[in-house]
Amino acid sequence: MAYSKELLDHYENPKNVGSMDKESEQVGTGLVGAPACGDVMKLQIKVNNKGVIEDAKFKTFGCGSAIASSSLITEWVKGKNLDEAHSIKNTEIANHLALPPVKIHCSILAEDAIKAAIDDYKKKNRKNR
Amino acid sequence: MQKIKNIYFDYQATTPVDPRVLKKMMPYFGEIYGNPHSRNHAFGWEAEEGVEVAREQVAKIINANPKEIIFTSGATESNNLALKGVSEFYGDKKNHIITCVTEHKCVLESCRHLSGKGFEITYLPVQSDGLINLSELKKSITDKTLMVSIMGVHNEIGVIQPLEEIGNICRSKDIFFHTDCAQAIGKIPLDVNKMNIDLMSISGHKIYAPKGVGALYIRRKPRVRISSMISGGGQERGMRSGTLSPALCVGLGEACNIYFNEMEKENKMLIKYKDMMLEGIRKSCPDVYLNGSEHSRVPGNLNLSFAYVEGESLMMGIKDLAVSSGSACTSASLEPSYVLKALGVEEELAHTSLRIGFGRFTTENEVKYATDIIVKEVKRLRELSPLWEMAQEGVDISKIKWAHH
Repeated sequence: MAYSKELLDHYENPKNVGSMDKESEQVGTGLVGAPACGDVMKLQIKVNNKGVIEDAKFKTFGCGSAIASSSLITEWVKGKNLDEAHSIKNTEIANHLALPPVKIHCSILAEDAIKAAIDDYKKKNRKNR
Repeated sequence: MQKIKNIYFDYQATTPVDPRVLKKMMPYFGEIYGNPHSRNHAFGWEAEEGVEVAREQVAKIINANPKEIIFTSGATESNNLALKGVSEFYGDKKNHIITCVTEHKCVLESCRHLSGKGFEITYLPVQSDGLINLSELKKSITDKTLMVSIMGVHNEIGVIQPLEEIGNICRSKDIFFHTDCAQAIGKIPLDVNKMNIDLMSISGHKIYAPKGVGALYIRRKPRVRISSMISGGGQERGMRSGTLSPALCVGLGEACNIYFNEMEKENKMLIKYKDMMLEGIRKSCPDVYLNGSEHSRVPGNLNLSFAYVEGESLMMGIKDLAVSSGSACTSASLEPSYVLKALGVEEELAHTSLRIGFGRFTTENEVKYATDIIVKEVKRLRELSPLWEMAQEGVDISKIKWAHH
């Protein structure tokens, strides 16, 4: 299977690998997928007091397409507000990386991961208000 | 570390043709062009002689009589012919076949075909080391059992089944014993008489002969009868019609001949390579598991699970190494290997598996290079893996409620 240059670049030099303190109130964490299915994505966002995502980190267990999808989405969400980040569609990721049809689920997982991270952040901060 | 481009580590998928084999074959593509079945002239005799020498060479490596060897297109055809041919011939008397869940697809599919024709099939499970349990085998035998089909060496995990013990059990109950030895020829000593084997499938392209040729051993004393699957001129003692390709037969024969003389030497080399790689990887990476028995296995096969690193991403990282994945994430089903599943390897671990195969043309340098690059990529991908992070923090991954998708 021939992968696109964008995909290979994100796989070989993934952006924003790492973890943030999941207890921090500024941080929202999304953990999606399952080891038995061969993909697990952990995506974290750090949101400032203006509601803008100022940093994002990921760790992914999965194929090259899953790693590239998560790397790409962390790049995209930085500087966006929560609504903008929430509206990112998996098809945009799939198109950008030219994912083959059997790998579309990787982009869906990345969309799920960012939504889960945003939900986690909102849940945490609703309680505190 | 100097970069080496495209190194072949997939000797269970296929092998390159040994130049010595190719050399013996060449005249049969040129000047020796007669039909080996032409009985009336020198052109035919010359071609026939090449075929008959090859038949002797194949027979010799398994201690059989040349008259018990027929040539086929490969092990898939041999397995089909053994299972369906015996079943068709004896099916009105006995209709029960015992095989194993980890057999090659061509055996399993042939059995499925036969179950549609009224045969009862028992699929023996395997133990966690990939070997069948002999008392399970004994328990499955009934007075309707016609044959047992168990492969010699496993294509995916490299384990060696106890052929002699299985043969003894079968002989004592007057049951035919067929074994798919595509991966066993040249890897382990085989003796159809000592092991009481009645039918054995052989493949060319797994033993440095070309693709498109194989053989089936069919015992003469006590005689095993089969119904042929291909109708025609009655070649190969009526069991497999069609004009033989002398070039391919000669290639298979020479490949067996080379192994007859060099198996021991080659195995020593492969054991060295296997130990080198396994120790090299284990020294630098924890949580790497060998799939299949550590002791009853051929040295040319390392099937490893690299916990917390998905197999396909690892393959992408080591893209200069031609290996095979147990993950099969590229297939539409996204199901990991049925073989690893049968061993009881958990799905999450099956997704992290690679099969690394060594062979005759592997060099020490290549093994060293591959070991280094595998270790480096496993470490890199673990730094990317949330599961590795959780494991280091002491989180029990099996206790997490994952949303299966």
